[in-house]
Amino acid sequence: MKKNNLLQIKSGQKVRIAAILGGIALENKMMTLGIYPGREITKIGHIALRGPVTVKVGRSVIALGHGMAAKIIVDSL
Amino acid sequence: MIKKIFLIGNPNVGKSVIFSRLTGVEVISSNYPGTTVGITRGYLKFGGQSIEVVDLPGTYSLQPASKAEEVAVSLLKELPKQESVVINILDATNLERNLFLTLQLIEQGYAVIVCLNMCDDTTHRGIQLDTEKLETLLAVPVIPTCAVTGAGIRLLINRINEARAALRNGLSSQERWQEIGRIIQAVQRLSHRHHTFREVLEDASVRPLSGLMMSAVVVYLSFKIVRMLGEFLINRITDPVFNNFYQPLLERLSHGLGAKGFLHHLLIGELISGKIDFKQSLGLLTTAPYIEFAMVLPYVLSFYLVLSLLEDIGYLPRLAILLDNLLHRLGLHGFAIIPILLGFGCNVPGILATRVLESKRERFIASTLISIGVPCVPLQAMIFGLLGKFSGFYVSGVYLALFSVLLILGLILNRALKGFSPEFLLEIPPYRMPSAAMLAKKLFFRIKGFLIEAVPVVFLGVLMINMFLYFNLFSLLTDISAPVIKGLFGLPKEAAVALVIGFFRKDVAVGMLAPLALSAKQLFIAVTLLAMSFPCIATFVILGKELGAGSLIKATLIMIGASLIVGTLLNFGILR
Repeated sequence: MKKNNLLQIKSGQKVRIAAILGGIALENKMMTLGIYPGREITKIGHIALRGPVTVKVGRSVIALGHGMAAKIIVDSL
Repeated sequence: MIKKIFLIGNPNVGKSVIFSRLTGVEVISSNYPGTTVGITRGYLKFGGQSIEVVDLPGTYSLQPASKAEEVAVSLLKELPKQESVVINILDATNLERNLFLTLQLIEQGYAVIVCLNMCDDTTHRGIQLDTEKLETLLAVPVIPTCAVTGAGIRLLINRINEARAALRNGLSSQERWQEIGRIIQAVQRLSHRHHTFREVLEDASVRPLSGLMMSAVVVYLSFKIVRMLGEFLINRITDPVFNNFYQPLLERLSHGLGAKGFLHHLLIGELISGKIDFKQSLGLLTTAPYIEFAMVLPYVLSFYLVLSLLEDIGYLPRLAILLDNLLHRLGLHGFAIIPILLGFGCNVPGILATRVLESKRERFIASTLISIGVPCVPLQAMIFGLLGKFSGFYVSGVYLALFSVLLILGLILNRALKGFSPEFLLEIPPYRMPSAAMLAKKLFFRIKGFLIEAVPVVFLGVLMINMFLYFNLFSLLTDISAPVIKGLFGLPKEAAVALVIGFFRKDVAVGMLAPLALSAKQLFIAVTLLAMSFPCIATFVILGKELGAGSLIKATLIMIGASLIVGTLLNFGILR
């Protein structure tokens, strides 16, 4: 199975989080929002020119900066 | 023995509304995370005594990630756990994410009472919650409420006594999410239904193309409505009242005072071709109330109406997403648009709102940009009133000039200051139908705040100008500054007075320009300079408080430098 980050998948795609790179601080921050390895999320949209990526986690919609999104590795379902 | 009640919960679950329901203290609430940046305290009458209630800024967990969250957690730890009750407020439409903090609170042994807010919103989102089962599973009281209408608040107060610490093992974060998953399975039923129109709009506003188009429409319409409503109020209400009722009264008073002398000068001011001219007389009973109530207040009203509407609907976080990449280049991130928009009302709340930004560097950039490139509503109202008479072209010119300054300065600051701009991370709230009662309350609250802050300073400012004119004290100032004002900016030397008065009130300062018979170009340069140069005293004080003396001096130097450059450029470079 090919691993992608959140930037590389299409909008509307449902994926499972495989890993969060970039250190414990980011991992913890994501964790409190319910974004952790094993969790399924759906990508909603992506603003051009290095803009934020919007994802749906459970019932919340969360916008992540471009750099953060690049550090979230996902598996396609 | 309960000594304090803390309100804690995720951002944007309605803590502030619950707080004002409990204590009667009015606070601003909006539909975006981070409305509350400070700590608000109030008192609740309970069992014959009054207990302090503390409204904490929203936090996702007890491991804080931002300045506001840090404040929340440290306050919570101040008191021994036995002496405090924690009301944990949850958004019932998003139970899963909210329970993370709840479980943490229970695990750490706080006496918790769970307040399941926005319960009215669950039904039409197809969510059914079994609150009794939730109460059993959590082993603490769970009370469904709807803070906006006040439903459930009585019950919440009655059951505060029952708040208790429940036994729960400390879990790792991942285990906690699994536990939450089990709880959700047991208490929540989702009925499948078609996407509502609202959800389609929600999605469209965060997609690139449709989002941009929507934002263009929203921003354009907002501006248009503020302008039209403001003008309507002025032309139909405030101007007629002043001209038809107030002026005849004053004319009689002026006549009675003999149309000259000290008292006449103080109260009425100069007569312009034998009559009172509200814009030019500069008396305490003429120009002072006219500027504040006839020219500025209508725009303050229409601006805050539109802003409050956008806040309560929940549009602003979506604007933040769209503007993130632009703001990144200025060393900020998308969320900075909210302090900036608030700054358009008044720079002071704008600068206070920069507390939601993570780093000191960001706060410095945002505050400096707000005080230099964001004109407050009173100033804008006066610009419309005076410059609008010449042409809309010049009015747009002012905005264009200020926007360019903001961009260029932001780019420079981002390069020049050490550090980097943190990444954007924001929960996007669902659209909510604003409640008319809440909206009216918020509007009233803001208008009241404006009147209390502005009116005394306006009268003081006009009084000062009035006395200086009477004793002819301005000539020294104007002569000293003539080389800059005249030589660089191409303005008559008397304009220096307005720039100095700008330190007190920007609106009065623009009013000072009215008697100078400036050309459109001169007026354009003068108001642009007024907007950019030294902030008014209220902003100045807040800048110092929030950033510290060193940064205040830095920001001030930047402002003076930028005004000198821009004033000169506009005078020599661009215009005929």
